[in-house]
Amino acid sequence: MTLELASVQGVQVEDTGIDTSPLAIRGLTVSYGQKPAVFSVDMTAQPGAMTAIIGPNGAGKSTLLKAALGIVKPLSGQVTVFGAPLEQQRARIAYVPQRSSVDWDFPTRVLDVVLMGLSRELGLLGRIRARHTARAMDCLHRVGMRDFADRQIGQLSGGQQQRVFLARALAQDADLYLLDEPFAGVDAATEKAIIAVLKSLKEAGKTVITVHHDLATVTDYFDHVFLINTRKVAEGPVAQAFTAETLQSAYGGRLATAQIDQISRALG
Amino acid sequence: MLWDALTLQLGYNATLVAVGATLLGVSAGVTGTFLFLRKRALVSDAISHATLPGVCLAFMALVALGGDGRNLIGLLAGSAVSAWVGLLCMNWLTRHTRLAEDAAIGAVLSVFFGLGIVLLTMIQTMGVGRQAGLEGFLLGSTAGMLWADALIIAGGGAATLLLVLILRRPMLQVAFDPEYAAARGLPVNRIDLAMMGLVMAVTVVGLKIVGLILIVALLIIPPVTARFWSDRSDHVVLLAGLAGGAAGYLGAALSASAPNLPTGPIIVLVSFGFFALSMLLAPARGVMAAVLRHLRFQRRVHIRQGLLALAQGQKIYEPLTLRLLRRADIVRADGVATEAGKARAAKALRDEKRWEIVRADQAHEATAALYDGLRDIETVLTRDQIAEIDRRIGGPQGVSA
Amino acid sequence: MSGEEFVPLSLTPLLIGTFAAIACALPGNFLVLRKQALIGDAISHVVLPGIVVAFLLTGAISTWPMMLGAAGAAIVAVILIEAIRRLGQIEPGAAMGVVFTTMFAGGVLLLEQTDTSTVHLDVEHALYGNLESLIWLDAVGWSSLLDLEALAGLPPELPRIALTLLGVCLFTVLFWRPLKISTFDEGFARTIGIRTGALGMALVITAAIAAVAAFDAVGSIIVIAMFICPPAAARMMTNRLEAQIGWSVLFATLSAVSGYVLAGYGPLWLGGADAVSAAGMIATMSGLILALSAVFGPCRTRAGAPISS
Repeated sequence: MTLELASVQGVQVEDTGIDTSPLAIRGLTVSYGQKPAVFSVDMTAQPGAMTAIIGPNGAGKSTLLKAALGIVKPLSGQVTVFGAPLEQQRARIAYVPQRSSVDWDFPTRVLDVVLMGLSRELGLLGRIRARHTARAMDCLHRVGMRDFADRQIGQLSGGQQQRVFLARALAQDADLYLLDEPFAGVDAATEKAIIAVLKSLKEAGKTVITVHHDLATVTDYFDHVFLINTRKVAEGPVAQAFTAETLQSAYGGRLATAQIDQISRALG
Repeated sequence: MLWDALTLQLGYNATLVAVGATLLGVSAGVTGTFLFLRKRALVSDAISHATLPGVCLAFMALVALGGDGRNLIGLLAGSAVSAWVGLLCMNWLTRHTRLAEDAAIGAVLSVFFGLGIVLLTMIQTMGVGRQAGLEGFLLGSTAGMLWADALIIAGGGAATLLLVLILRRPMLQVAFDPEYAAARGLPVNRIDLAMMGLVMAVTVVGLKIVGLILIVALLIIPPVTARFWSDRSDHVVLLAGLAGGAAGYLGAALSASAPNLPTGPIIVLVSFGFFALSMLLAPARGVMAAVLRHLRFQRRVHIRQGLLALAQGQKIYEPLTLRLLRRADIVRADGVATEAGKARAAKALRDEKRWEIVRADQAHEATAALYDGLRDIETVLTRDQIAEIDRRIGGPQGVSA
Repeated sequence: MSGEEFVPLSLTPLLIGTFAAIACALPGNFLVLRKQALIGDAISHVVLPGIVVAFLLTGAISTWPMMLGAAGAAIVAVILIEAIRRLGQIEPGAAMGVVFTTMFAGGVLLLEQTDTSTVHLDVEHALYGNLESLIWLDAVGWSSLLDLEALAGLPPELPRIALTLLGVCLFTVLFWRPLKISTFDEGFARTIGIRTGALGMALVITAAIAAVAAFDAVGSIIVIAMFICPPAAARMMTNRLEAQIGWSVLFATLSAVSGYVLAGYGPLWLGGADAVSAAGMIATMSGLILALSAVFGPCRTRAGAPISS
């Protein structure tokens, strides 16, 4: 038995023109072993917006980000950044990894980490001059970590480490900022400092995409959301895409009904 | 000649070696499994290299006391003591300094070995005639193996196996989840040390046959081989013993069958042969199986993605997807969907819709966890359940499997 | 000791030992920080089969084929380890254990099978080197350093290890920044376009070349001490990578010099008659330095706050 579906059409192979979105993902599938972590996801980031990628644990949020950055290899799919392949646009992307991804016992100072953000312009052998140091110090200042420049990174608290990572991303002076759970396990002061920096980036016309965990702060912090649970669930402005239905659909049974009620009340 | 060797008809010494090597292989394989499951396989490398200064010191002490420097029990006791000291150094370095375990292993291994070499050169200049046997401990030397040596190896191997048998449960628990084991009240540190002690015992026993550099292979390769064939830890232990024993026996027989075939290296190479075969051919975890599975999986992902794109009228960008769709007669060569393709696309889309309902419904939580984007919904829900979901979706009911 | 005795007998072994120690310590710093210290272990074990195969192919003990053979073996080993780790889903330690023991066994077997009695290639030499034999017989004193004819008689190992050290230094300086960034944060390194896979391989190959060049002097096992001990000890002294490199070079030099001197004269001071293995003594001294820094070093404990704060 078959079913006629008006929407089933032939495949058109011609191109529809270049998508110049800061981050455009088409048909991305990433799998670890035999289970896809991200399945057939499309995403078009809004320029100059702050977008939260949200979804339950293990929904593929970080994987999506890492695949977008070319850190993990996708099974299928394409990524373009400002209309060009990722490799050509490296200079325009800054990435803030999860804090737990590095060895904090590494022998280096806070300032050295921020200077890593300048390595593209320094090249292999370029000397670090006073203006580079001044810029790195300025980035540290923006995240409130100026006084810690000479500390060994292992001596910082979790929140301070996160701010140093953010300062490194600022030093890259990119157009697209991708952050992986910057608020995970940080203190309230750090959360405030980070969100202030992100909002200032947005005001400067930059695009910010953040993997985010805390549903309660989504409406305060972000203007766009991208809901994912292996597949894309919803994408759009907070008011339209962050609703009780989309949350139910993304989190399924995992989010208690009471929580959803609470959030939908908060949404008005 | 090989047949004679395999049936133990090559004389007294060859038989001794074969029996000893088999026992050694079994106990090394079994003991090494715990180390491997604990993800500390290379600790054995540090332990084995750390035996050298002990062997030398024991030799010097024996000679100084007027005894026979080549007394195997004395030498083995010395090697055990220095291996134990090396082990303690390694533990201390990882616990009390910032060094990671790999650096601690490398440091202990090389420094103890270096010290051993210093002592060895001292012995060489001591003018004692019978020190030649000591170099044999580096790479093993079975040429002059005595009945008494074989007895010691057999006894040591059997004692190790017995201890493993007694300690296997706590060791497996610690290997699987040390934190949970600690929470259960198991003395994790002591069990770890016991595990290392057993490894040390195997190392010491194996010095004579394969030598201190290659004993590591007998502790690591059989467990890795066994792991390909089973996911159950107790089976892995048994299979590792089997693989180790077989390698020991075959290796010893091969080496006895022709000149210039040193026992230790041959045993290691036979062991590696088992490993290579297992890695390629093992049914579930083997490479061939994995490659086939991955290709099949990739094909399914692409076809599914293609079907969904067709159903939603989206453009398909991936050349591989298009090729697979064509091959499966879902689209024609010009990229237009076939009738059958349209049906399958519609079915895929409807399944996706059904899954969406399932995943949003708390009542289906267990089922929802099975979602991977590919699984046919008929395989996880009954016909009635699907009918119920379809009622909730509404619209045409015509799609069936 | 007078120049007439020192220059011909001790100068070249001392220099070779020191250069070898530094050439290994430099890449060793990164291997230790990347938790790949045992790659050094694996490399040094497979140098032996590499050299044997090169000997079998060329039929002669000559420098370049053997260097190439050993470097080739190191690359084969690293590729095999990666393949076994990924394809067999086996933890890296065990994968290394499988590969280097097997290749080592193969090397020993080949060596036993070949008639190497006419050439200076035997297992023990391969295992613990022969630093003492690398003397400069043409020298008569310090003046020989300016004597072209005498310089031509330098043991070939010296220019070889000097060249290797130069290469290792160049690699370290040239790729300092990417090496540091990718060692600290590989994910970030990839997002700024550093090819971390290729860089990691280049580091391993550099280490392999250092190991091969040092092999003559100190043998294949003691090379591991050179890779690991000076950087590990330096790790206890400082929290800055630049300073750590400096300390590791100092410790490497100190181990080489003190090890050589103690091996040569220690037994005499103790009333013995014959020298002991210099390579073994160098490893022992590097261990001693590590032990001292582990007990007294100002930065010996982990600085990192636990990640889940």
